[in-house]
Amino acid sequence: MGIVTPDLGLIFWMTLSFGILLFILTKFAWIPILATLHEREKTIEDSLHEADKAREEMKLLQAHNEDLLRQAKEERDSILKDARNIRDNIIEESKTKANQEYNRIVEAAKESIHYEKMAAITELKNQIATLSIDIAEKILKETLANKDAQKQHIDKMMDNINFN
Amino acid sequence: MYLSSKIKNLSTKIWALAIIIVLFFTNVSNSNASEEKHEKEKFNAGEMIIEHIADAYEWHIMTIGETHVSIPLLVILIDEGKLVTFCSSKFHHGLESYEGFKISHEGKYKGKIVKLSTNEKGEEIESRPIDLSITKLVLSLFIGVFLIGWLFISISRSYRKRGMAAPKGMQSLLEPIIIFVRDDIAKSSIGEKKYQKYLPYLLTIFFFIFLNNLLGLVPFFPGGANLTGNIAVTLTLAVFTFVITTLSGNRAYWTHIVNAPGVPWWLKIPVPLMPIVELVGVFTKPFVLMVRLFANITAGHIIALGFISLIFIFGEMQPALGYGVSVVSVIFYVFMGLLELLVAFIQAYVFTLLSALYFGMAIEEHHHAEEHH
Repeated sequence: MGIVTPDLGLIFWMTLSFGILLFILTKFAWIPILATLHEREKTIEDSLHEADKAREEMKLLQAHNEDLLRQAKEERDSILKDARNIRDNIIEESKTKANQEYNRIVEAAKESIHYEKMAAITELKNQIATLSIDIAEKILKETLANKDAQKQHIDKMMDNINFN
Repeated sequence: MYLSSKIKNLSTKIWALAIIIVLFFTNVSNSNASEEKHEKEKFNAGEMIIEHIADAYEWHIMTIGETHVSIPLLVILIDEGKLVTFCSSKFHHGLESYEGFKISHEGKYKGKIVKLSTNEKGEEIESRPIDLSITKLVLSLFIGVFLIGWLFISISRSYRKRGMAAPKGMQSLLEPIIIFVRDDIAKSSIGEKKYQKYLPYLLTIFFFIFLNNLLGLVPFFPGGANLTGNIAVTLTLAVFTFVITTLSGNRAYWTHIVNAPGVPWWLKIPVPLMPIVELVGVFTKPFVLMVRLFANITAGHIIALGFISLIFIFGEMQPALGYGVSVVSVIFYVFMGLLELLVAFIQAYVFTLLSALYFGMAIEEHHHAEEHH
């Protein structure tokens, strides 16, 4: 029967030391350990949650970025197209303008050449006239100065004239 | 790093001190006086086993020839209001009496300290004083409590130091068990809302039982004492659970006992059959806790010692037979040891789980109570 009869002394020491152990462990071990565990678990959970959220946001951001990129591309294309159009227009315009200018210049040049030519011709004509008059005058002066020769000449001419 | 090396240093010092104390107080005595008697005595397996699993006033370490090596322990007695303390080595391994006290060899108080006195008829009678001696089991209890306290306070320190960082060392060994007790025992039996109040107690009994079960499996000092297989120890643990259950019982719990719902009225009035059954149930729950742990651990010790006894029983018949049986015995002993390792954990788990279930029942809300019947 010895082993199934609880011993008072052992019950006393057991109650005392187990009580003390329970108190000390609760105060100095379980509360800090459980608090740390809880905190750690919460942190991990929160971090996972946040990571999920961040992933979601990343996805959204990526979609947004792609959208932006597509828009940017479209804009670039349209800008390029516009620029090409503008360039073509400018070239076309300048070509026309250049042609016009060229034509105008050529026309003006032709005109001015014509005027100059006419002026030159007129002047030449005038000078020729003057010169002719001068020459004629000189010739006449010379010729008329020599009366004998003139008479001779007239005579000669008279001779030649055939009065028929 | 510095702190941990300091702690390590300190713990080494504590162990060294403990060993020195043990060596210093270890009582080596030669019991030549009883040599002849011993020689005639046959090996009694039953007695040896009971001696090993029962409490003692000295911690017997070994016997070489006729020389007993044991640690004498403190005897504390309260006799007629007087405190008497002396060292148990005064008894000379129970062979002599001291100041009118002796260790009884037979009868009701076998193995306990009794006071010798003579009654009117002149017969010698034995009476038992209040005995608060630091017995083998009490010392083992102190060692266990110290170990658990030191272990968990040191890991609590590393929790505080490391904070959110991953557990390390002893911390990572014990953390899964702590989480197991919290999630699979406390949370699942008591419920999300109220488990935190009971968790420190559940963790303490779990590790107390588990560690002391393991210490009981170590065959030499400071282990080997059958602490968790002692009825006084399991009784105290069961009483703790009972007191906590009773104190935390809510209205639904008491209503359930006095007026169990879903039971025909004629089982309650005029003969309160169900209330009596329920009330008995209140006491059987901790009683079962007490007996289960006691029986399991004691049985483990008895079987292990039985295998060892076989060697001596056969050895007495024929020394060669003893050697032959020893091979088988040791194999069985190792097998039992492995089984006991499992039992050490399972019994700690079962005790804690059932305590948690009882707490859960005591605080269960009324609408849950009906579902159980």
